[in-house]
Amino acid sequence: MDGEELTEQETALYDRQIRVWGADAQRRLSKSHILVCGMKGTVAEFCKNIVLAGVGSVTLVDDRIVTDESLSVNFLILPHENHYNGKTLAEVCCDSLKEFNHMVHVAVETGDISTFGVEFFEKFDAVIISCCSLGKKKLINQKCRKLSKRVAFYTVECRGSCGEMFVDLLDYKYSKKKLEETIECQIEYPSFEEAISVPWRALPRRVSKLYFAMRVIEQFEDVEGRNPGETTIADLPGVLKLRKELCETNSLDESQIPDALLERLLTDTREFPPVCAIIGGILGQEVIKAISGKGDPLKNFFFFDAMDGKGLIEDISGPSTRS
Amino acid sequence: MASQEQLSAIKRAKVLMVGAGGIGCELLKTLALSGFQDIHIIDMDTIEVSNLNRQFLFRQSHVGQSKAKVARDAVLRFRPNISITPYHANVKESRFNVDFFKEFDVVLNGLDNLDARRHVNRLCLAAGIPLVESGTTGFLGQVTVHLKGKTECYECQPKPAPKTYPVCTITSTPSKFVHCIVWAKDLLFAKLFGDKNQENDLNVHSSDTANSSEHSEDVFECRKDEDIERYGRRIYDHVFGHNIEVALSNEETWKNRNKPRPIYSKDVLPEEQTKENGNEEKGCAADDVSAMVSLSLKNPQDIWSLVENSRVFLEALRLFFLKREKDIGNLTFDKDDQLAVEFVTAAANIRASSFGIPLHSLFEAKGIAGNIVHAVATTNAIIAGLIVIEAIKVLQKDNNNYRMTYCLEHPSRKLLLMPVEPYEPNRSCYVCSETPLSLEVNTQRCKLRDFVEKIIKAKLGMNFPLIMQGASILYEVGEDLEEDMVVIYAANLEKALSELPSPVTSGSVLTVEDLQQEFSCSINIKHREEFDEEKEPDGMLLSGWVEAPVDKDNNKPIGNDESTSNALPSMETLDGDKDDEIQETSEVVEAFAGKKRKLSEVSEVTAPDPSGPSSINQNKPEKLDIDDEDDELIISDDWESFTKKKKL
Repeated sequence: MDGEELTEQETALYDRQIRVWGADAQRRLSKSHILVCGMKGTVAEFCKNIVLAGVGSVTLVDDRIVTDESLSVNFLILPHENHYNGKTLAEVCCDSLKEFNHMVHVAVETGDISTFGVEFFEKFDAVIISCCSLGKKKLINQKCRKLSKRVAFYTVECRGSCGEMFVDLLDYKYSKKKLEETIECQIEYPSFEEAISVPWRALPRRVSKLYFAMRVIEQFEDVEGRNPGETTIADLPGVLKLRKELCETNSLDESQIPDALLERLLTDTREFPPVCAIIGGILGQEVIKAISGKGDPLKNFFFFDAMDGKGLIEDISGPSTRS
Repeated sequence: MASQEQLSAIKRAKVLMVGAGGIGCELLKTLALSGFQDIHIIDMDTIEVSNLNRQFLFRQSHVGQSKAKVARDAVLRFRPNISITPYHANVKESRFNVDFFKEFDVVLNGLDNLDARRHVNRLCLAAGIPLVESGTTGFLGQVTVHLKGKTECYECQPKPAPKTYPVCTITSTPSKFVHCIVWAKDLLFAKLFGDKNQENDLNVHSSDTANSSEHSEDVFECRKDEDIERYGRRIYDHVFGHNIEVALSNEETWKNRNKPRPIYSKDVLPEEQTKENGNEEKGCAADDVSAMVSLSLKNPQDIWSLVENSRVFLEALRLFFLKREKDIGNLTFDKDDQLAVEFVTAAANIRASSFGIPLHSLFEAKGIAGNIVHAVATTNAIIAGLIVIEAIKVLQKDNNNYRMTYCLEHPSRKLLLMPVEPYEPNRSCYVCSETPLSLEVNTQRCKLRDFVEKIIKAKLGMNFPLIMQGASILYEVGEDLEEDMVVIYAANLEKALSELPSPVTSGSVLTVEDLQQEFSCSINIKHREEFDEEKEPDGMLLSGWVEAPVDKDNNKPIGNDESTSNALPSMETLDGDKDDEIQETSEVVEAFAGKKRKLSEVSEVTAPDPSGPSSINQNKPEKLDIDDEDDELIISDDWESFTKKKKL
């Protein structure tokens, strides 16, 4: 590890978390650069977590303007006109995030992220995108994968009482201590496109229904040209029709994607703050693990459903990358 | 977003939060975002720098201010139209009585100590108000729901008691670094800088008798004309040299143990070394005084050599006498007192060196001495989300869906967040089931004072006890007691149980109450002549009170302070997949003893669920048998016979 030591200020501020992950990990965090796109409630939670953790920098991308809806789940936006008037979501969140930790550089990048060149992404150690279409997810993921350095890639999406997170760490090597030994570990991750292309019938029988449901809605939005999160209960017939088609193609019984679940996801389209906190927390932990190289990262999907209270990991990968 | 009926239940709700720290900040924020409009929050603490890595409602400029108040102000900034009432106060205060608790629809705990949790538990039981409990340590956390009569109360399952160590281990035969810390903190530091009138076992050896205490007073006092450096070396030589030699003289002790070696200052730091005092004069207020700064030791994570530790020891001692003279005689160890931490680290390390125990850095020593709980923001955020989900279920009286949820560091059967059905109340819980306890004690020798301190307060967690035998009040605490009663009670404390005005003998039944907690229980007294000094150092044995298994080392205790990591027991994952880096301050769980489950009326919709530990059978039919097979808890004989009777 490079010899730079933590400053006195860092040691004092980060004392409690250094006791969790150690000074080396803290040093690595302080040098890391994170790109975040899509400033909704869950991502706001995530940003709060990594800023508190003491990453080197956080760059925010979201040119949308502040609306009532964004106010309702995003505690980084203060409901005073002069706080947010004329500013984009990224700008408002940037101002608030800076307050949490002066040692973290928080900045805004304007523009459509899908138009940014590959070199843009090279600046970062981790990229997190949310509220993005299927096409955008694949595109950004590919751009990251093209780089010679490893850029961790994450997507996150919360709908009502459910949340989904995806992780791509490419070819990830890390070490961990077991008793007195150091064990070298390696995990290969599929890209987002590779993961969702895995035929459904090839997946283990008990894969979370939420995985399939999210794919159906994702596909629906893609086919219909909708913005992410704009599908509602009125679209249910169309969604059910698509489900039928997808299940037929994939030889999957339709009961694996229950009506009730789809209805729920289309009725509660807004984020639910407790779920934002949970997913934002899990995501925060995962990014910290990947940056610090400490701890077993999850592979490769995480789901939470407040209805049953389970937070589970699903490994959606083809035979080559299956653990 | 929550459904319409959920939303209206939320809007109407009046919520009490206890604790505005790590969990509290996250919880208050999530409650506000979720639509709660009337929140009360109690916290007695003020903000410290080390809080700022996770208690995100606070800023550097808030250090020293009330957590409850600042949290309220911060949340009002993004939810200006809700009502948040802060109380900068201790939840144990008498104004937070049962009537106060009854005003709320649900109570949400974000506490960091067992004592307060038990207190709130009892008040919630007395008030009949649901309680959502929680705790986090590092990456681990959990949320539990407690409804009187329907689920376990917080005290139905034993919680690990704070770790304590036998006197002899601390004073004579340390084998772990923590023993050296306890010695340095509770004995040496206390002796040199603390209240002189306090009993101190510093010179106690297994063969020593009390007459050495006179002599020891002289040893530790700084003489009138004594040079501070001389004094320091004298103390050093006494505790690390002389005392070790004395210990070594008792061959018996060292038969099966590695002998310590005496260390003298002249061998480690030859006399002519006069310290480089250069740095010391750099504008120090009394508070900023530091031996590390003075000696240019920059990194708290470095492990100092014996020489460096010795330098720190002497320098810290010198600085205390030179710059903080007025503090000497009334100091207790405070983990945020840099000089105290330096002194204790150095002293512990020198002792460790003597006993062949590995040395530790100041950073590590501080964590052990200060019982520091390691903590990160993410776990608190996750737990806060889970608390709000349970709170909403409680408001909707969604009885079949309450869950205890465990946040794991390593997944168990794919689960990082594991929901478990709550257990039924423990029928032998002396708190919520009014089961009588039994106490074996020598009624002729044991004083009432010991009974009150060791049993009533320490074990039963009562703060303001009232003790009665039949209609006779033997002892009570209160604000408006008559003077003559106060005198009588004071006198009673000094009497043996059998000599009390209403004599307590074998067969006596005592009723003990804490009026504030509205909690009462009865204790059946059984006289016993002899108690094993090693195994029963208190000279009393309480049964029917279920305690978590403790270290077999645990005889007469010299306490380390109550561990703040008495967060709910941390989880050992079910696949036996232990995180080897869990620090010693984390407790190991006994949560999944095979107890009766809460009976759900609606069976699981899906096929047998792979989630949850193997001992849970979600589809178990309504049986009243108690399956003790997996039960690892200490259950008294009374309980088993009690339950057998119930079945017939």
